[in-house]
Amino acid sequence: MILVWLIVIPFVGGLLCWQAERLGGRATRLIALATMLCELLIAFGLWLQLDFALPASGGTQWAVEYRVPWIERFGIDFHLALDGLSLILIALTGFLGVLAVLCSWREIVRRIGFFHLNLLWILGGVVGVFLAMDLFLFFFFWELMLVPMYFLIALWGHSGSKGSTRIGAAIKFFIYTQASGLLMLVAILGLVFAHHGNTGEYSFSYAVLKETTLSPTLAFWLMLGFFVAFAVKLPVIPLHGWLPNAHAQAPTAGSVDLAGILLKTAAYGMLRFALPLFPEASQAFAPFAMALGLVGIFYGAVLACGQQDIKRFVAYTSIAHMGFVLIGIYAGTELALQGVVVLMVAHAFSAAGLFILSGQLYERLHTRQINEMGGLWGRLGSMPGIYLFLIAASLGMPTTANFVGEFMVLFGTFAIAPWVVALASVGLVLAAVYSLMLMQRVHYGPPQSDTPLKGLDTREFCMLLGLVALILWVGLYPQPLLDTSSAAMQDIHRLFDAQSSPLPEAR
Amino acid sequence: MPLPKLAVAYLPLILVGATAITLMLGIAWRRQHHVTVAVSVMGLGLALAAQIMAWRVVPLTTPLLAFDGPAMLGGILVLASTLACAVLAHAYFETFQNAREEFYLLLLCSAAGGLVLVASRHLASLFLGLELLSMPLYGMLAYAFHERRSLEAGIKYLILSAAASAFLLFGMALLYAQTGELELSALMASMVRGSGAWGLAGAGLMLAGLGFKLSVVPFHLWTPDVYEGGPGPAATFLATASKVAVFILMLRLVLSAPAFQGEWLHAVLWVLALASMLVGNLLALTQSNLKRLLGYSSIAHFGYMLLVLVVADGLAAETGGVYLITYVPATLAAFGVVILVSSATEGRDAGALHYYRGLFWRRPYLTAVMTIAMLSLAGIPATAGFIGKFYLIALGVEAHQWWLVVGIIAGSAISLYYYLRVIVTLFLAEPGMYRRDASPDWAARAAGLVVLGAAVLVIMLGLYPAPMIALAHAAGGVIAP
Repeated sequence: MILVWLIVIPFVGGLLCWQAERLGGRATRLIALATMLCELLIAFGLWLQLDFALPASGGTQWAVEYRVPWIERFGIDFHLALDGLSLILIALTGFLGVLAVLCSWREIVRRIGFFHLNLLWILGGVVGVFLAMDLFLFFFFWELMLVPMYFLIALWGHSGSKGSTRIGAAIKFFIYTQASGLLMLVAILGLVFAHHGNTGEYSFSYAVLKETTLSPTLAFWLMLGFFVAFAVKLPVIPLHGWLPNAHAQAPTAGSVDLAGILLKTAAYGMLRFALPLFPEASQAFAPFAMALGLVGIFYGAVLACGQQDIKRFVAYTSIAHMGFVLIGIYAGTELALQGVVVLMVAHAFSAAGLFILSGQLYERLHTRQINEMGGLWGRLGSMPGIYLFLIAASLGMPTTANFVGEFMVLFGTFAIAPWVVALASVGLVLAAVYSLMLMQRVHYGPPQSDTPLKGLDTREFCMLLGLVALILWVGLYPQPLLDTSSAAMQDIHRLFDAQSSPLPEAR
Repeated sequence: MPLPKLAVAYLPLILVGATAITLMLGIAWRRQHHVTVAVSVMGLGLALAAQIMAWRVVPLTTPLLAFDGPAMLGGILVLASTLACAVLAHAYFETFQNAREEFYLLLLCSAAGGLVLVASRHLASLFLGLELLSMPLYGMLAYAFHERRSLEAGIKYLILSAAASAFLLFGMALLYAQTGELELSALMASMVRGSGAWGLAGAGLMLAGLGFKLSVVPFHLWTPDVYEGGPGPAATFLATASKVAVFILMLRLVLSAPAFQGEWLHAVLWVLALASMLVGNLLALTQSNLKRLLGYSSIAHFGYMLLVLVVADGLAAETGGVYLITYVPATLAAFGVVILVSSATEGRDAGALHYYRGLFWRRPYLTAVMTIAMLSLAGIPATAGFIGKFYLIALGVEAHQWWLVVGIIAGSAISLYYYLRVIVTLFLAEPGMYRRDASPDWAARAAGLVVLGAAVLVIMLGLYPAPMIALAHAAGGVIAP
């Protein structure tokens, strides 16, 4: 039942915020903050309470489970389940939710109630995605979270420069994800009907469908349906068109959610569904996926260098980082998969931090153009220092969480695909180039004026300090994180590895 | 055949007819708008209850009518949408200057036609039902005849519909000449044995006639103009009850004789389906009038639904039922909002999208209704429309109709653009524009309650679709020969 609460709390909190607007903005924000803190505390409590080690044979792989029938005609259940991977991502959602509420404290001044309704409903939908273990339910939440995100970009976004409007960006985001989502629905239904053909029963249950035997061709096409939906969200290169615009035009809280959590739903989807449901097909597809990941690393890095808008810059670096995630997922070794988890968490922290800083710079300078900045180091108090730290984290400096993640991904992939690792390492150099370039152009160089700008206030300082502390903690001592996710990752690795094992009897 | 059972089956039709006669006499005696509405709503409510009761006696056939699952489901949908239209019309004609009462008379006659049509199993009852459904619509569409567009809509529909009826009659004549049968099942059976050139031509002409009423591409040209010009309640009736009745009839046609699914009919329906999905959605993209937009979107929706007729097997009947059940409340809600916004002031309907700019900041709940309706038409989860779309895609995947599935996906992606445009318009604020607005107490009125009820139904069916699925399953399971 606790799992249902995890989903219900943000939705109810959102409605409360909407109605609380008549009490004033402060009450609304406090309710939103309390809602997300509550979510975070529940996740933390679960983490302390539960044991995420692999169960003895015969037991379920889930630490907590909740299941009631929903649409019996098709064997659809309202089935929620939690394991280490879900818990990490839900805690991340709660944490970034708190940050999103905090960072829009000053930025959003109009229609506060409706804004927080949308913000919390996105997070509720995302938590649903991380918990759903019925494919219909998963798809339900997958699509549901798009609607409030659309509103967030379309109504509170910034209109960009060259005729690119926030509404255009929002519609592009929605159409990309919805259309690819429908492809996934087709793949889900194809899988269900294949199972129906084998057994004569309808079921959308993850555990049941995992056992379906498929012909290799069908499995490949169905896997592709899932992959495309997740690839759009991740994003993988040819399907990334929505991302830079959506980020550039979204309000800060929207970017934080988008980069921090929504992109992670795609990686989660690959880890949870695309790989375990179609291990053979995924194994066959792995070289292509890794190649796409490599392209993403280089494409993101090169394009980031040319950006003039700081938020678009961070958006392109996200594409590069997600390239590492994609490589790690399809390498399929336990080390690489664990690296993916760390990298997802690390990227969520560093990208969210950079977006929050971009928002704060915008509040002070009223521009996001890099060429209108420069020489901010002396004018902003402690903010440039934190900026430097987050940039260092983003380029994968040792002691930061990103380093641990990238290192583990590359180390884990080396045994499978050494050339990919060699090329991806070049991407790390590029990351250093674009990151330092940004730092140089924004904070060093001749200042535009000498008047000091407002430094960080307590709220902003606490947010950023929290992020810095977490990045350092995961960077220096990632073991608790790894312990939590290890069982889930071992499971995926076993499925994936069984396909490539040279000894048939090892299955 | 025991008489009481038959009486139960006929009761809804009798009640609707009796209400119409009562209204006619009442209007002749004294004009009273409120009383007229009250009587028609009561009559329709009783008929709806009787229709639900009639489910117990299915299947039951008479030489002209078949009371089976699709007929019952169709009857319920027709009566429910007529009921909603009557209540909405009450709000709409509040500020209307001319005589208002006859509209309800026309509405009831049309509903009776719909009831006959959904149950017809004979070419004679088919034609009677279809004409009884369409003829009053001419009057309803031109009801605000001092508005040029309303008159234009009425005349346009009159001429084109008459042409479609002529096609239909000619087709029937050819079929009769070929086979010597007028009963649909016998007709189908002899068509299966060997149709011949005249039989094919007849079937093609009938398809054109019915396709016109469903407004599938290429028989769709009248739709946007008529939707835009006609008074809100008339357009609502056209979009819901009228189309539902015709679709149910076609569903019964293809389901009762699966063998009739010969190569060519299959191919024709396939092409019509794909064309309607794509053309309807593409043409809707540039519309800046909400009523026209809904017209094009209905073309696309019936394009999706033609998939059911193409497959006509397995899940098809259930899918058709579910999609109709999800389509009707969403459409009612969308048109209901337009009617409420139009009703407070005289003159043309508030169709133009700019009237709705920033509606959320003035009428949040009305906007919520419109948003839900649009999301449901777009097929977003947590609304009924998603279940409908899910069923359609499931049907397409099950039947391996990949191209139509691709068409549905492409159509959905395109349609999102214009549905989202409507939604975002509702939330934008642009002060200083000329605005029209629903009356402040809209939610406390009957029409407001209908609109809210439709929206709540959309959400409830989206979250807990099991009852709807059971209903559609039951309807698809009992098909009279």
